[in-house]
Amino acid sequence: MSQPTFLLDGQSVPFDDGQMILEAARAAGRYIPHLCWHPDFPPHGSCKLCVVKVAGRHVSACATPARAGAEVESDTPEINTERRTLLQMLFVEGNHFCPACEKSGDCQLQAMAYDLEMTTPRFRHFFPDRPVDASHPEVLLDFNRCIYCELCVRASREQDGKAVFALTGRGINKKLAVNAESGRLADTDFAANDKAAHICPVGVILKKRVGFAVPIGERTYDRAPLHEVALPKLEGDT
Amino acid sequence: MALGAWNARVDDVLKRFGGRPEHLLQMLIALQETENWLPPEALTALASALKLPRARVEGVVGFYSFLHAQPVGQYRLLFSDNIIDRMLGSEALMARLCHSLWLAPGQVSEDGLVSVDVTSCTGLGDQGPAMLVNGRAIAALNEDRIDIICELIRQKLALDAWPAELFELENTIHQRDALLSCAAQPGDALQAAIAMGRDAWLSQVQVSRLRGRGGAGFTTAVKWLACRDAPATEKIVVCNADEGEPGTFKDRVLLNAHADLVFEGMTLAAWAVGARRGFLYLRGEYLNLRPALEATLARRRAEGWLGASIGGAAGFDFDIEIHLGAGAYVCGEETALLESLEGKRGTPRIRPPFPVTHGYLGLPTVVNNVETLAKCCLIALNGGAAFAATGTAQSAGTKLLSVSGDCERPGIYEFPFGVTVRQVLDACGATDTLAVQVGGAAGITLAPYEFGRRVAFEDVPTAGAFMVFNDTRDMFEVAHNFVRFFAHESCGFCTPCRVGTSLLAGTLDKLAEGKGSPADLLEIEDLDRLLKQASHCGLGSAAPNPVIDGLQKFRPAYERHLMHADFSPAFDLDGALRRARQITGRDDAGAHLPQQPEASR
Repeated sequence: MSQPTFLLDGQSVPFDDGQMILEAARAAGRYIPHLCWHPDFPPHGSCKLCVVKVAGRHVSACATPARAGAEVESDTPEINTERRTLLQMLFVEGNHFCPACEKSGDCQLQAMAYDLEMTTPRFRHFFPDRPVDASHPEVLLDFNRCIYCELCVRASREQDGKAVFALTGRGINKKLAVNAESGRLADTDFAANDKAAHICPVGVILKKRVGFAVPIGERTYDRAPLHEVALPKLEGDT
Repeated sequence: MALGAWNARVDDVLKRFGGRPEHLLQMLIALQETENWLPPEALTALASALKLPRARVEGVVGFYSFLHAQPVGQYRLLFSDNIIDRMLGSEALMARLCHSLWLAPGQVSEDGLVSVDVTSCTGLGDQGPAMLVNGRAIAALNEDRIDIICELIRQKLALDAWPAELFELENTIHQRDALLSCAAQPGDALQAAIAMGRDAWLSQVQVSRLRGRGGAGFTTAVKWLACRDAPATEKIVVCNADEGEPGTFKDRVLLNAHADLVFEGMTLAAWAVGARRGFLYLRGEYLNLRPALEATLARRRAEGWLGASIGGAAGFDFDIEIHLGAGAYVCGEETALLESLEGKRGTPRIRPPFPVTHGYLGLPTVVNNVETLAKCCLIALNGGAAFAATGTAQSAGTKLLSVSGDCERPGIYEFPFGVTVRQVLDACGATDTLAVQVGGAAGITLAPYEFGRRVAFEDVPTAGAFMVFNDTRDMFEVAHNFVRFFAHESCGFCTPCRVGTSLLAGTLDKLAEGKGSPADLLEIEDLDRLLKQASHCGLGSAAPNPVIDGLQKFRPAYERHLMHADFSPAFDLDGALRRARQITGRDDAGAHLPQQPEASR
């Protein structure tokens, strides 16, 4: 029996029953942008960068099952413009100063902004007040860069069995909280070798005392663009 | 309170709710009753007693507007901030109260006695302006009532000792049709449905063509069938009484005046799908309805209309629990409601799977609106065909409308579907009407040329809100109020809604300050499009509605707020010097940067 297929930007993509559009595309070597999606976890659907158009409707590719014969638009000017706007929203709601960030060059948000040719923040900056938590001996939390993908929340809960992180607040006042009455990472059972310590796609969870070990210009996304690095054969750390 | 005392309180609450984590929200609400807020040690004690991560408990507290992780006043006053309350003078009344009690909105008085703030629509648009005092509603506010309230607070009188008439709410029903004139006795509808048998009863619901009254208009029988046929031994019935849409209050009146019809409708749903457990999810703003609702449930248990072998039908066992919300509009979305019912943050789920197969705790669940369930009694009593005989081709039956705003007789009107907007305006005594907002903030703004349109799923769908604005009103102000509401109520899960509603509100703020430019109107249209298309749930996709309609139908109201320039920056240079002026104590002309608009071309 031949495998069912759908069309992604006019090209045929095979899929297994129940597979999501993003997963199937990725397995076929086709990249659909994503920030909150991760191969180790069920779809989350919050960042909306994987937005695609199916039969005139905008859906999240990570959470929409592939259907035989469907025509999916992804790499089009319309959809990429929407993605750029979403990126601009993520940039202005936090405090992102790429040149001074240890994660520069390894940051998926920054890499995606290059990939999608985002050249200005466009909107007014929110300049939120988000104090850094440097209490932990080995790991620094810089909440200024959080994009609420909840990967650390999920990794800590599902892979480390710890639940070190959770979200609190609502709407634009949402924030990442740690599992301690003091609100300090040092007072949780977090460890530097937790899965959650290595999953942040941006620069919130950083190992202390290893600043700039790899020079800027030689980092992951300095060497190859995100849309190449993010495909399975190249994703080394999973 | 010392930690030991909190442990004792936590033990009490644990006993009351059986220590199940899905009751976390209910336990937090109960725990907060003593001190009005939840100190860090209380959360730690509750988390460890429930063996839940503390951060999860903190996350739930942070989500709901009526749960407080920071101290609030012993008297916590919240003014309803819907546009209708504002039109009735709520802002001046809040200013009067703040002046009288020497405090500022959002702050706690220095003695910790009182705090004042605003809250989203409290569902009293027919008798506003309204406020909540420690969760209990007071309607029909005026200067006299404000002065009385100030005095009661100064005397530090316990809320139970306040004059009872302050808390009296009216059921302002002006127009009755099939539902509101239903004279059936408790159990009548159930007996009729039991006599039919489960399958024949569901067929009657199919014949009735009943559609959901919560706004989306999904066919009730299809929902019930899917739930009945879902493979699971346990099924759940949920009544969505999280009536948060600004301007609607018909569920409040139904629950207050016709609670038996609502509970009977839930029991009828249980009979159809085979559910044994039911929940009424009651919005926190309707706390004052709860004692009477509990009493009705107790009476129905005593009468045999709840419990085991209902109406003598062997194996028909069903009971209802009331769960309170805590100030989160998004929980009216059915999957967010289920999350909340499970004691979590009210974040809408990814669909599919739908609640009819994976609902409360993963069990097949029907979630129906208060009015939908009440209507089921009419179908059981008179048959599906009689029900389908009124209304329009695609919208059978009647609809309760919550009419408020600029009219002589605000209140509840029950009309058959298909009633025109003009007929409703005539019935409520509205004159010189500039616009009607049907369906609440998420609904549609109608201009006079559209007053011949019909309230029906195929024309103007609505959950029931019908807000009237006369020609003295500024429709920009109306949209501004609604957009701020959405920014406040966004759950924050998805990027477009979390950031987009705030950006939209910020842009309208800029226009309100008279600093807008044509570029801002383009920006608004761009944000509208993204919110509509990319949001995770209906809150985000409906958030731009009032602005989209406003720009299309009342554009001059927006253009009045523009500076004569192609572009004006969002960054306010002179405003940035505010703090410097404050520090140096200067406010002369030399301490200001004149912001000169570009010469218009």
